[in-house]
Amino acid sequence: MSNSPGQRAWRRFLKNQPAVYSAWFLAALVLIVLGWPVALRTISAFGTRGAEFANRHQPDQLSEAQFQPPSARHWFGTDVHGRDLLSRARYGAQVSLLVGIVGAGVSLVIGVLWGAIAGYAGGRVDSVMMRFVDVLYSLPSIIFVIVLITTLEGVSKNWLAGIGAPRLGNSTRLLFLFVGLGAVSWLTMARIVRGQVLSLRQRAFVEASRALGAGPIRILARHIIPNTLGIVIVYLTLTVPAIILYESFLSYLGLGIQPPMASWGSLIAEGADQMNSIRIYWWLIAFPGGLLVTTLLALNFLGDGLRDAWDVRGRG
Amino acid sequence: MYFLKRLLLLLPLLLFISFLAFTLVHVAPGGPFDRERRPASPEIERAIKAKYHLDEPVLKQYARYLGLIWEKDAQGNWHHAPASFDISLKYRNHSVTAIIAQGLPVSMSLGLLAFGFALGVGVPVGYFTAVRRGHWEDYAGSFFAILVICVPGLVVAPMLIMLLAIKWRIFPVALWGSPAHAVLPMMALGLYFSGRIARLMREGMLNTMQSEFIVAARAKGLGENAVLLKHAFRLAVLPVVSYSGPLLADLLTGSFVIESIFQIPGLGMQMVNSSLNSDYTMTVALALLYAALLLVMNLLVDFAYVVLDRRVKYE
Repeated sequence: MSNSPGQRAWRRFLKNQPAVYSAWFLAALVLIVLGWPVALRTISAFGTRGAEFANRHQPDQLSEAQFQPPSARHWFGTDVHGRDLLSRARYGAQVSLLVGIVGAGVSLVIGVLWGAIAGYAGGRVDSVMMRFVDVLYSLPSIIFVIVLITTLEGVSKNWLAGIGAPRLGNSTRLLFLFVGLGAVSWLTMARIVRGQVLSLRQRAFVEASRALGAGPIRILARHIIPNTLGIVIVYLTLTVPAIILYESFLSYLGLGIQPPMASWGSLIAEGADQMNSIRIYWWLIAFPGGLLVTTLLALNFLGDGLRDAWDVRGRG
Repeated sequence: MYFLKRLLLLLPLLLFISFLAFTLVHVAPGGPFDRERRPASPEIERAIKAKYHLDEPVLKQYARYLGLIWEKDAQGNWHHAPASFDISLKYRNHSVTAIIAQGLPVSMSLGLLAFGFALGVGVPVGYFTAVRRGHWEDYAGSFFAILVICVPGLVVAPMLIMLLAIKWRIFPVALWGSPAHAVLPMMALGLYFSGRIARLMREGMLNTMQSEFIVAARAKGLGENAVLLKHAFRLAVLPVVSYSGPLLADLLTGSFVIESIFQIPGLGMQMVNSSLNSDYTMTVALALLYAALLLVMNLLVDFAYVVLDRRVKYE
């Protein structure tokens, strides 16, 4: 039996049933989300009925059947434009997951670099960098996000018009979301990493490396940052749901994904818009909302499981 | 002494935050007059901008914002230019303080209600899940806590409205006024935080129940309830206390989602709309309000630590 700390942690993780099931659920979700378009293309090759089925399940396919409740034909019902909600939700899943993962990645890069540099440099550099983090903490993040996204948009609109491709505007929105969401979510990561680095840089192996003549960049890249990875990965799994949530909030504001693109947040927002006291279109909110909640649950269970297995506490 | 020093430090910190927020909103493209009817001519647009001094360098505008500008008039006399922080650039016949004074009481009462709800649900759930660790009460309570963390207000609020307001007609659908109007927004806003608090409380209880002084209290022969409620609870609640600081700052300044779904005239709407409209003075004022609340709350939290945990000392 091998018994490295990593393997012991892995075995602890496998004993945590909710976390393991959540991991399987997430894997299945990603598989379905990515495989569905391929499956549709295959089905469309099977005669006219197959083609009709595939056509009906295009996320942008409009139809006369508006506000259909869930049925055998439309499992999740249809929306205001008669689009199949199941296909919309599948498409939204793709965008929400992508935003969550890439946004968390951006926050990871900024947070780890910021925290590692502050912690390693120490002294005045450290206190200036961390005071900056404190100040950003005390600004309402929504103001920061709005300013960031509108600025990026203004800059890119001019630039795209300059190179004669103004129609690219819609897909660059996604890029701004990555940057904007990452830029407001790195603060806690920076604090956690800094705390880790502060204790790591006193260790003997770092001292030894320094004595052998390694420069600060080499020490950070080879010895310090790899040793913070455990905590960073744990915190990352908890950042992804937070960013997915934030994206849904921005989409609700109209700052996120623009139609005809969709995310779970924008689907819920569309559903909330259709709410009135005469008719209840519950499926418009229940299905995208249910998917969102289930995914967030799975991500949180997974993050908790990883945290318990590696026994890291929210230090920082 | 320590707290006095921190209190004195608040002022320069807030000044710095105001400067940061001020430059930040001015960096963004577009101005407060972009979304209005297009001015008849470039001259008029320039005149409006000049009237509100938006054509000056940002630093000078900031000085004007604080009221640090003296100007020479046509007769050659020096006059103090009035501070511009109170002039909303979007709603030009209202002052910033008047708008905030209108929204703040609403947001504050909703925020306090939601805070009370979150504490009232979260603390008992966290306490009992820890005390009954490994029993079904623990599993049910812990699942409830993690579930509500995953249900955003964006989903809860419409669902509550559909069920409790439209279908069963127990509570009003929207608007603000009577106590009945406050119930649904309070739940929609507070539910998420009750989950966060329950998790913090459970963790705090579990940690405290393992510490030596609890073992000693049991050994002394104290009853289980006295041990848990009188001794453990006091320390276990500390994580909740430190979470309450930023939470209160957040809740008291309003929530955009809840306010817009229930059509409540609070500050959360103002916060978002003013930044979208480039209403610079309004945005900076709201950012400052939030920052001041946050800093004061954190100070109070640290103070509460000294009271609750005698081992904590600040020099």
